Formats: sequence, structure tokens, C-alpha cells
Amino acid sequence: MNLQEAKFEYLLRLGDSSLIIGHRLSEWCGHGPILEEDIALTNIALDFVGNATELLNYAAQVEGKERNEDDLAFMRDEREYRNLLITEQPNCDYANTIARQFLFDTYMFFLYEELKSSQDKTIAAIATKTHKEVTYHLRHTTEWMYRLGDGTAESHERLQNGINDLWMFTSEMFDMDEVDTLLIKEGIAPDLNKVKAGWEKRVKEVLAEATIEIPTTLFKQKGSREGKHSEHLGFLLAEMQYVHRAHPGAKW
Amino acid sequence: MNSILNKQEIYNILSEIPDPEIPVININELGILREVKLDGDLCTVVITPTYSGCPAMKVIEDDIKIKLKEIGIENVKVELVYSPAWTTDWISETAKEKLRVYGIAPPDHSSVDKKVLLGKPRELKCPLCGSSHTEMISQFGSTACKALYRCLDCKEPFDYFKCL
Repeated sequence: MNLQEAKFEYLLRLGDSSLIIGHRLSEWCGHGPILEEDIALTNIALDFVGNATELLNYAAQVEGKERNEDDLAFMRDEREYRNLLITEQPNCDYANTIARQFLFDTYMFFLYEELKSSQDKTIAAIATKTHKEVTYHLRHTTEWMYRLGDGTAESHERLQNGINDLWMFTSEMFDMDEVDTLLIKEGIAPDLNKVKAGWEKRVKEVLAEATIEIPTTLFKQKGSREGKHSEHLGFLLAEMQYVHRAHPGAKW
Repeated sequence: MNSILNKQEIYNILSEIPDPEIPVININELGILREVKLDGDLCTVVITPTYSGCPAMKVIEDDIKIKLKEIGIENVKVELVYSPAWTTDWISETAKEKLRVYGIAPPDHSSVDKKVLLGKPRELKCPLCGSSHTEMISQFGSTACKALYRCLDCKEPFDYFKCL
């Protein structure tokens, strides 16, 4: 694997995670528990889709095969997608969505903080912008963690269930392979152990204050780096890609 | 190509374009319009998005092309840059006053304020009655760049242009 291939692969990982979680959040449009939350989640979805557009646009440039961000988003099948498994998990109830969002936002916060100083200027520029937005997202989801976890017996139970369900997907966020090794050496990508330390500390603090227990489950589900996904991604892509594929080349 | 106009004149003309979502201020006052470059008959306009997913960027790009066509410039490239990242610090004092009169509370402190992650939301003045007795309803308002507040005295809800 050369540097160009590693960079393309890395940009797909970042871009796909943002695109898929952005799409998941957009599914809340018109279904939020209260109007303000409906607006908040779709606002956040918009930031993620915007971030994905920037990253996939750059990925296409790096690849140099005359594809663009739309080709990458709408013309790849699930095995070619590199998003983290946690991002494709279904919305379930609101507490589950908040749990997923909190675990992922915290990851984004620490990851993009590192990416701000990437030796790749485009990645650094995108990360600087995105990090500002993620700070708002994380604050929002953290407040909901406290509110639901330390709220009623039912909200507590639902949030605890959400954290329990999603915990097995968190470990692959910090897995590193050949791609990371190559890019770490060039100063383009951060060592994920550093990101992990920040993530673990913050997640522990927030869960403790939200009176939520850290799951003791040891099972770890991975596979996204090789394009092995849960069954949910196929259904998501079918909905997301349908119009684009049904009307090839259509202009708005 | 209208060779009479120089970069600065083109920049000034483009500055008349209002923001599609907050029409009381223009794209220059908001800090979206960054630079105009001329190379032969090619006119490159550099803009930066307020938020990554801001849906107004496409509209702004179209508005720029229409405006330039009106003055006879057809060969136009609109370039989107992310660095330096847009910040509310670029909104001028005059523009902030325009926002307030329009009913949107302007960003009230520097974007480098770390309180955004951990602290409590700032106390804001209601843009309608001036009371400081207000509360935040939601951090996410009618557009990506705004939060939703309410005045506890005049009871009116209002938008706050949040710091970024």
C-alpha cells in the first residue's frame, strides 16, 4: 500500500462515518420527541453530512479516478463502505440515539482535536472547522446524558440499555492497521491510543455523573475496516441511494 | 469581460449580495466573501462556509454568478475554502447592530471561549426589549448558526447567533 492509497482509505473511514451517522440522525426529522430536539438532531445531521461532503470530495481528489463526492456516497455498495459500525446502528428510542451520539461525538471531539494538527493541510483545515461544530454537538448530547441518566426510573433504564447495547461497537473506533501506521509516520493521522485515553476519561466521567454503569461485557464487534457491516447498513444505503441510482445523472 | 473593473470594485459589487437566510446583512459583513482574484478573463471568487453543511452556500454561489453576469463577467469560478475556519469574530460591529435590530441577538463573546463545551449558556439581552432576563430553549435554532432563546419579560422567543 502506498501513501496515496492509505490516504484515500483513511478519508473514506472519516467521511463514511460522518455520512452514515448524519443520515441516521436525519431519520429523526419529523419524529423528534419535542420540536426543539427534532430541530437539534437535524441541525447536527446537517453538520455531519456537510463534513462528509468535504471529506469525500477530498477523497475523490486523492484517488484521482474522476469520481466525485456524489459517486462515492451514492454508487458504492455496503462492502465498500468504511464507516464505524456504531454509526449505522438503528435509532431505536431517543435514549438509544443519545447514547450512540454521545459515544460517537466524544470520539469525534478527541479525534478531530488531533487531526487539527495533521501535516495534510486539507485534513487540518476540515478538522479545524469540524471540531468547532462537534464541540456544540458534544455539549448537547452530554446534557441529555445527564438528563436521561439521572432523570426518571424509565429514562435511566432506557439510557442504560442503550449504552449496554452499543458498548461492543466502541472498541473498533481505536483499532489501527497498516493505513494508520503509514499515516502516523507521515504526521497525517494521529495515534488512536491518544484519542482513546481522552475518550475513556471523558466517557467515564459523564457516565458516572449520569449514574449510568459502564458495561462489563467483553465482547467486541469489529469489521468496518474490511467493509464487514451489520445488516442495518444495507437497508440504510438502499434508502439513501435510491433516488440517485434510479435517475442517473439527474440535475436538481 | 469588463476590463474597467478591478478586483476591489468587483469585491465591492459582490458585497451587495445579502445572506439568503439573514437578508439584513451581506456576505461581506458576515465574513463569507474572502477574496476576488483576476487572471486574464477568469474571475475567481473565494468564499468560506459558516457551517460545514450550510445549505445557503449553493445559493450564495449562484447569486455570485448572477451578479457577475450582470456586469458582463461570464468566466467565473467560485472556490470554497475551509482555512482559516470561519468564526463569528469576523462579523463587524455594524453588522451585529443590524442583526440586533432585525431581532437576532448577535454573538456576544469571542469564539475562543472554551465555556461552550462545559459552561452554562451566557446571559443574553433580548434584542426586542433589552431585558437580560432571558433563557435558552435550545442550542439549535432555525438555522445551523443560531440557538433559540426566550425573553422572560416580554415573553418573545428570539434567535441567538451563536459563537463559533
